[in-house]
Amino acid sequence: MFGNLSDRLAETFRNLRSKGKLSAADIDSTLREIRRALLEADVALEVVKAFIAAIRERALGDEVSKALNPAQQVVHIVQEELVAILGGKQRPLQFAKNPPTVIMLAGLQGSGKTTLAGKLAKWLKDQGQTPLLVAADLQRPNAVNQLQVVGERAGVTVFAPEPGNGVGNPVSVAKDGLKQAQRKQFSVVIVDTAGRLGIDEELMKQARDISKAVEPDETLFVIDSMIGQDAVNVAKAFSEGVGITGVVLTKLDGDARGGAALSVAQVTGMPIIFASTGEALDAFEPFYPDRMASRILDMGDILTLIEQSQKAFDEKEAAVLAEKIAKDSFTLEDFLDQMNQLKKMGSIKNLLGMMPGANKLKGQLDNFDEREITRTEAIIQSMTPAERKDPKILNGSRRLRIAKGSGMTVTDVNSLVNRFEQAAKMMKTMAKGGNPGLPGMPTMPVSRPQQAKSKKKSKSGNPAKRAAEEAGLTLNKPKDTGSAFGI
Amino acid sequence: MLWRKKSKDKPEALEAVSLPKRSFGKDLKAVFSRTKFDLEDLTTLEDTLLQADFGFDSSAEIIKQLQQRAKAASASSSEELKQILSEILFEGLTRSDVELNLDSEVQPYVILVVGVNGVGKTTTIGKLANYLGLGGAKITLGAADTFRAAAVDQLRTWGERAGAQVIGPKTEGQDPAAVAFESIEQAINDSSDIVLIDTAGRLQNKAGLMDELAKIRRIIEKKLQVNEVLLVLDATTGQNALAQAKAFTEVVNVTGLVLTKMDGSAKGGIVYAIQNELDIPVKLVGFGEGIDDFGFFDAKEFVSGLLGDN
Repeated sequence: MFGNLSDRLAETFRNLRSKGKLSAADIDSTLREIRRALLEADVALEVVKAFIAAIRERALGDEVSKALNPAQQVVHIVQEELVAILGGKQRPLQFAKNPPTVIMLAGLQGSGKTTLAGKLAKWLKDQGQTPLLVAADLQRPNAVNQLQVVGERAGVTVFAPEPGNGVGNPVSVAKDGLKQAQRKQFSVVIVDTAGRLGIDEELMKQARDISKAVEPDETLFVIDSMIGQDAVNVAKAFSEGVGITGVVLTKLDGDARGGAALSVAQVTGMPIIFASTGEALDAFEPFYPDRMASRILDMGDILTLIEQSQKAFDEKEAAVLAEKIAKDSFTLEDFLDQMNQLKKMGSIKNLLGMMPGANKLKGQLDNFDEREITRTEAIIQSMTPAERKDPKILNGSRRLRIAKGSGMTVTDVNSLVNRFEQAAKMMKTMAKGGNPGLPGMPTMPVSRPQQAKSKKKSKSGNPAKRAAEEAGLTLNKPKDTGSAFGI
Repeated sequence: MLWRKKSKDKPEALEAVSLPKRSFGKDLKAVFSRTKFDLEDLTTLEDTLLQADFGFDSSAEIIKQLQQRAKAASASSSEELKQILSEILFEGLTRSDVELNLDSEVQPYVILVVGVNGVGKTTTIGKLANYLGLGGAKITLGAADTFRAAAVDQLRTWGERAGAQVIGPKTEGQDPAAVAFESIEQAINDSSDIVLIDTAGRLQNKAGLMDELAKIRRIIEKKLQVNEVLLVLDATTGQNALAQAKAFTEVVNVTGLVLTKMDGSAKGGIVYAIQNELDIPVKLVGFGEGIDDFGFFDAKEFVSGLLGDN
């Protein structure tokens, strides 16, 4: 999502690579590049200026000149400052002591409020809450209708006493919605409001009136991650006009560089609580500033990856697998097992997207066909147990039979076998602790060498990589190996 | 542009006549009115361009041009510099092909409307349908956004307001290309003059959805030509608008831009870069939720709006 910003910074830092010592001129030219990268990523100018000033002050100080690797230290500073602007720690949604908790959504037209209302309701419902959606967007044609459909998909009750399309009073709808929730004992009320411009005094007053009527515990400012420099004005207007308590970034699954995240967090001083990443109802997750900063700097979202793999992987199985890899007795059957475990972790695309250096693969990832996995599975399942154990016995007629059995071509079978052999070889090298120089996979950042080389790490890291291999992703070999920044 | 039935012997053809432009310049909030125009220090001017979403490269390029021209003309006063800037922007944004391309032999004319989520495609179609309808054209709207909840109903509401018929999916979630095709067929059968096809919002990096859009175009072209492919851009959008324009042009060959939400505080400076890099004209602008809140793009108005001359 921040792919291009990371790329730019990576490029900038690569230029610093060979320098043991940084001169003031080096730092200035780097800062110019960072400034440019941030501006091209739509970070608001005033935020960029403040950011660059903060970095410069620290970069010229002792912590850099006395550092063993000054360039690495600059990177570290940039990351720290990014985390600081993005709001430090993840901030969970605040619930009222006495339910119902009232959440009001506000934002510009087309920022994705109604879609978000559905996602938020589903997310709350999955956590055991009983949300009520209140249709207080009576402005946009069929917004009420849209909320009803979204509510139905999420399996959540929708309170919509007015037809909308300009008919009805949103303030009284919001008030009645709250009363309804109290009467019927809903635990959370989500008030969807009409999109409005920050400079539209009349509509901003209406938003304030809604806010006064329901006294929300959370007022979430919903903002499109593709927004440009105007983010600052809009964020200020909503912050001052309605009084927001948190931010939701939407459409983060696009390729926008997402500088708005920095701008809005800086200008409002309010945390980004959620990120919305797609059109499906569950494409919605809490926003983690520290992880996001790593992602901006192309260090990968390793934490999320580990968390997800821990959920899906059985420790014992993993140990057995490691042994097999070490003993060179890894078979196509294990390959299949791994794939099924991998499936438990969720979409391969999301998974690979969390890998360090993943933004280099962004293009391929976006077009990655999850069905490749199913096809691979079909081929392996068409083999006899003996063949799965020892692919070397696969002669021409066996391959033809497998191709027919799986509905694929002999070429497909051949390429799977080849990829399997390469993967097995590669894993063996990794298990021995060497750097395999994976074809087409970026290496782990040097800042995490223990993890990259330890057995445990290779266990959870491997399947994703194997999946990429077996799915036939042709990835470009990164020019530089070493850290994510090429330092 | 207004539409009027041609002479009696060719009743099916439409003729374009000029219509007084709807002014939108007054709705623009000036950005340069408080900017210092000083040849020695053009940083604040460059900052202003950046803040209007002109982008890093375009801003630098505009400033460079300004310096060169000011030097050549030995201009240095604030008024002179402002005049030169206005000329540069005007030249960069002026195009001869800003009118809707509706002059092919075959009718009905087809306008395909595309864009990412939430930019205002359906609203634009509603306004445009109403406008073209006022000129006497018979309009059919194709609701090929079968994905977003209630998008079809939203278009129907606009259809009612604009007095245009709306062809929607027969079953929920029907293939959008099929809906587009049925809309075209229906429009041919009842001799509509213009068909506007609404499509679902899609982010340009989703290959599957972009393929779907290409398919919609291909299906339409089995029966008719596509006269215009309008890419709707939210003026609030930053540099990503350029990526949007590139991607959509690659897939469906965008012929014109619609810049929406110009009534907000955003300036839409990115269209300068888009016109210069991709050579696609801005044709329409939208500035509000009312059915009349739109107009044809006029570079002069746009520039004088930015410079605060109105």
